[in-house]
Formats: sequence, structure tokens, C-alpha cells
Amino acid sequence: MSLASPKFTRPSLSHSTSDLTHDAVPLQHIDEPTVPSAQLSIKNVTKVFQGKQDLFSKLSRKTSRDFTAIEDITLDIEPNTFVSIIGPSGCGKSTLLNMIAGLSDISSGEIFLNNQPIKGPGPDRGMVFQNYALMPWMSVEENIRFAVETVYPKMPPKQLTRIIKENIQLVGLTGAEKKHPHELSGGMRQRVGIARALAINPQILLMDEPFGALDALTRGFLQSEVERIWEQQRKTVIMITHSIEEALLLSDRIVMMTKGPAAQVNEILEVPFPRPRNRETIDQHPAYHSLKTEMERHLFRETQAVEAARIR
Amino acid sequence: MAFKGTTNDMTLSNASLNKLKVSDSSQSPWLNENVKAAGLFLFSLALFLGAWELAANMNWLTKGMPTASKTIEELWWWSTNPFFDNGPNDLGIGWNLLISLRRVAIGYTLASLIAVPLGIVIGISPIAYKAFNPYIQLLKPVSPLAWLPLGLYIFRDSELTGVFIILISSIWPTLTNTAFGVANVSPEYLDVSKTLGASKLRTIFKIIIPAALPNIVSGLRISMGISWLVIVAAEMLLGTGLGYFIWNEWNNLYIPNILVAIFIIGLVGLILDSVFAAFEKFVAFGRQS
Ligand SMILES: Nc1ncnc2c1ncn2[C@@H]1O[C@H](COP(=O)(O)OP(=O)(O)O)[C@@H](O)[C@H]1O
Ligand SMILES: [Mg+2]
Repeated sequence: MSLASPKFTRPSLSHSTSDLTHDAVPLQHIDEPTVPSAQLSIKNVTKVFQGKQDLFSKLSRKTSRDFTAIEDITLDIEPNTFVSIIGPSGCGKSTLLNMIAGLSDISSGEIFLNNQPIKGPGPDRGMVFQNYALMPWMSVEENIRFAVETVYPKMPPKQLTRIIKENIQLVGLTGAEKKHPHELSGGMRQRVGIARALAINPQILLMDEPFGALDALTRGFLQSEVERIWEQQRKTVIMITHSIEEALLLSDRIVMMTKGPAAQVNEILEVPFPRPRNRETIDQHPAYHSLKTEMERHLFRETQAVEAARIR
Repeated sequence: MAFKGTTNDMTLSNASLNKLKVSDSSQSPWLNENVKAAGLFLFSLALFLGAWELAANMNWLTKGMPTASKTIEELWWWSTNPFFDNGPNDLGIGWNLLISLRRVAIGYTLASLIAVPLGIVIGISPIAYKAFNPYIQLLKPVSPLAWLPLGLYIFRDSELTGVFIILISSIWPTLTNTAFGVANVSPEYLDVSKTLGASKLRTIFKIIIPAALPNIVSGLRISMGISWLVIVAAEMLLGTGLGYFIWNEWNNLYIPNILVAIFIIGLVGLILDSVFAAFEKFVAFGRQS
């Protein structure tokens, strides 16, 4: 490969992307230094949403108290691992992810990406949004181009075009390059979202309920696609999800959070299933059902506590 | 937001009408909605013209009111001889139309060149918004014609005054709509831009402006409508143009030509609005504006 920018190198994707048989996918990329994959440390992180107590709010009777969404969370995420965060609604999962993305300030504590403290948003972290966040006025190709051009303004046009093409191919959207988001289904839109996040070759991929807005069938299909892509790249991923099956299919570790306010990490589950994984056969693993039951219990308990707190 | 209420009612009602539409058009192509509507339109037009003709011939109307046929005859004459020039009081309607359009074009373009950038600044910066909002709220409701004496006094020139009136009255819808659109760009788009580390300038030009474009264009459309309303009124007090044409025919007490002018003003307004409606659709990309 002749690459002008030393910052941006990626392996060529030698296989067909429409190939869904996992055993055909080589894992040669793992030891290639070309796919960056970060280590992330969350150290004693707390998020307090500041209430409004100023005179103006008092006059208009719109004061609000400080709200501690998450409190003192410490978590280490190793390179090349797929980590899911699961917890009851409103416990602060998005808040945590937004702090990692740099979109939200950290009230106290610190987050380190490869030992560098996170100071704000940056392209070393790729973000996949629940509602896709594609620009409606840009075609599939233009959406990805915007991302890559922003991150690598000096990239030669040929390389730019190749990277766009590769990533469109990676998510199986070849042929839809010129389409605009409103012409695509939800599943296809999220593929663009994933391609856009991967095209900038981030150190880590952050996904906030990436399949939450999709119907069950599409969701299942996209989960398999993400599994396939992850096998190729093994980039560090943090994914928020509501689905136990999804977490079990995709993750190496599952972080279970308690209910908010002042939510914390309750337990971290190791998911021992061998890769590549397959949704049809994954539940045959002896540990599958006990893990699933444990997660169900946890979620049930926390959700019940949320409901109980609401009644009181 | 303070900049509400400027969305286009026309487009909204059209959209909701389309949703209610029953799709039986595939079965009976000759009785579908559009054909029926066209039929009703032609029928009502014939009824109206017929009643008008009858009433004028029977002298049921005010004395001096022309018949429908006379008016149509005049319309035909003026539109087949649009460009003649026998001095300012006898000028072809084509020339008058071009004069009005030129005033609108200049005043409206200047207004847009001020309103769009200023609206973007106001929409982006909450400080600018708070600082400029009092001006906007105070000046927006002022009738365009209230500026006329001031314009004449400052410029001592009817041409410049016309342009000035158009400018001052068509600036507000574009300004408020642009600011509203910019201030309400989906935070998700901005998050995308931030996570990519895009510069402020790149975010403004690649994200904020395109995202606000539907609002900007609908502001421009309302402004264009206002310009066209205002120019006719302003020209009655100026020297030339369609407004003056009407004023002149009023002095001549020749009503058919006034009716001809009204029809042409309406037609041109309709065409201008359709152009902007098409433009609005073009920048929407499947979004509801
Ligand atoms: N900007 C904000 N200001 C105040 N409270 C917020 C804000 N954003 C989120 N919250 C609160 O923080 C808690 C966690 O929210 P969130 O992270 O979105 O939950 P989750 O993603 O786990 O469903 C919720 O109770 C929510 O009401
Ligand atoms: Mg959330």
C-alpha cells in the first residue's frame, strides 16, 4: 500500500464483504498495527448536572436541584475488546458515553484514552448515534466523505475515494452511494452511520443503542453484520444496549450498571464464547443460559427499584 | 424561541391535504381528484364570468364597471402590446412590470444579502440574538409605507426610495427564519461535527447552513411575497411601475385596465412564489420544513 498520510493506514479488505460465512474471514489484521485499538481507563468519574439556583430562575420559579447522574465510576477497557454497557433506562449510560466522547463535561474524575486524559471531542473516538445522525442533504458517499475530509484534510483525493469505497463495501452498501438518507431504510441508514464512524479509523468505537430504533428483524441482521465487521478489525468498542441477547452475541465483557441517580457499575460479566460467533449456535454454549439469567435478574431488580422509587 | 410563527402555512396545509387524499386515482383516471378539481375550477370560472357579464350588462353594478368581455379584451390588448413607450403616463404594461420587478430584485437582493448572514450570526450566538432581538421585534411590525416619507426625504429620489422600502420590509421574514433555522439545527448534527473535530467555520458552512436551508428558503419565500405586495403599494406614490399604472388608470377612471393590472400582479406573484416553492422542495431532502 502506498499511503501518503502516516497517520492513516488501514488494511486492505481482501475478502468480499457480502461474505457472511464467518470461518472464511481471516483474522490476520489483529497483529497489523494499522488498525488502532485503544485502551480506555475511566477513573472515579462522576457526573453532576448542575441545577438552576440563580436569581433569574428563582424569580421565574424554575429552580432545579443538582442531579448526580453517575457517581464514582471506575472502569478499565482493554484494547481489542468489545464492551457492552447495560442498565435500566435513565441510569446514565448515555451520560457516561458522552463523557467518553468528550461531548459532555466530566464533573469529577478523569477518563484516559491510551493514557491521555480526554479533554474534549476528537476523531480518535468514532461515534455511532442511535438516530443515525446522518446529514439529510448529503448522499451516503458524501456523508462519509464529510467525516474523512474533516479528519484528514490533506488526504489525496484518490486515497479518499478508496477509503470511502472500502467502508461502503464493508457495511454492504455498494450501489447505494448516491442515495440520500431519506431514500434508505433505518437499517441501511445505520450502516452508513457505522461506515462513517469506521472510515475515520478511530482508536475506539462508541455506540449508543445503535440498533434501538430498528425493528427486530433488521436489528438481528445488523448485529450479525457488526459481529462480522468486528472480527475483521477487532477495534475497541463500547456499546450501550438494552438487549441482553445483543450484548451476549457481541461482547467480550458486559458492564451492568445500577439504577440512577448516582448510578454505579454493579458487575462486570466476562463472556467466554469463542469467536467468530453466530446467533444460531451461540445459545448452545454451556454458559449462555446462566449468563442470560444473571443479566435478566439484574435488569429486573434494578428496573423494579426504579419503578418503586417512582411510586414513592 | 422567539422566532416562531414564521413557518409557511401554505405548505403545511398542502402536506396535510395530501395525507388525507384517497388513492382511487388508479382505477378511474377520468374521475380522479385533479380532474374533478380542474372541472370545478373551470365551472366556477365560467359561472363567475357569466354572472359578471350579465350583471354589468343589466347595470346592476356601480356605474362605470366594465363587462367581463371588455376586461378580457383589454387584457388581451395589453398582453399582446406589452412594450410601447409614449411617456410615463402611457407606458406598456411590460415596461411597467419590468420596472417593478427591477425594484423588487434590487431591494430584495440587498435585503437577503443582509438578512441571511445576519440571521446566521444571530442564530449562532445567543448574545447576538439577545442584543439584536429588540430591534427586530420593534421594526418588524412597522407598515412598509410608514417608511415612505422618510425614504423620500433621505434619498430625494423615487427610484431609490422604492428600493429602500422593499429592502426595509422584506428583510424581517428572512432574518427571523434564518436565525430560527440556525438556532434549531439538530444537536445531533453538531455532535457529529464535534466528534469529528471539525472547525467552527467548517461546521457553519457544511452543517449549520445546509441544515437551516429549508428555513432560510422559506424565509426568502415569505420575503419575496412581501416585496411583491409592497412594491405595488409604494409605486402608487412613486413615478412608474405597475403600482403607478394602477394609480394612473384610477386618475383616468378607466376600470378595465385596473382589473388587467390586478390580474397581472397576481399572476406574477404566483409565478414568483412557485419558483420559491420548488426551491424549498429542492433543499428539503425528505425533511418536513
Ligand atoms: N442535560 C441534562 N440535564 C439534567 N439532567 C440530565 C441531562 N441529561 C441527562 N440527564 C439525566 O441524567 C440521567 C441519565 O440520563 P441518560 O444518560 O440519558 O440515561 P440512559 O442513557 O442510561 O437512559 C437521567 O435521569 C436524565 O434525566
Ligand atoms: Mg440513553
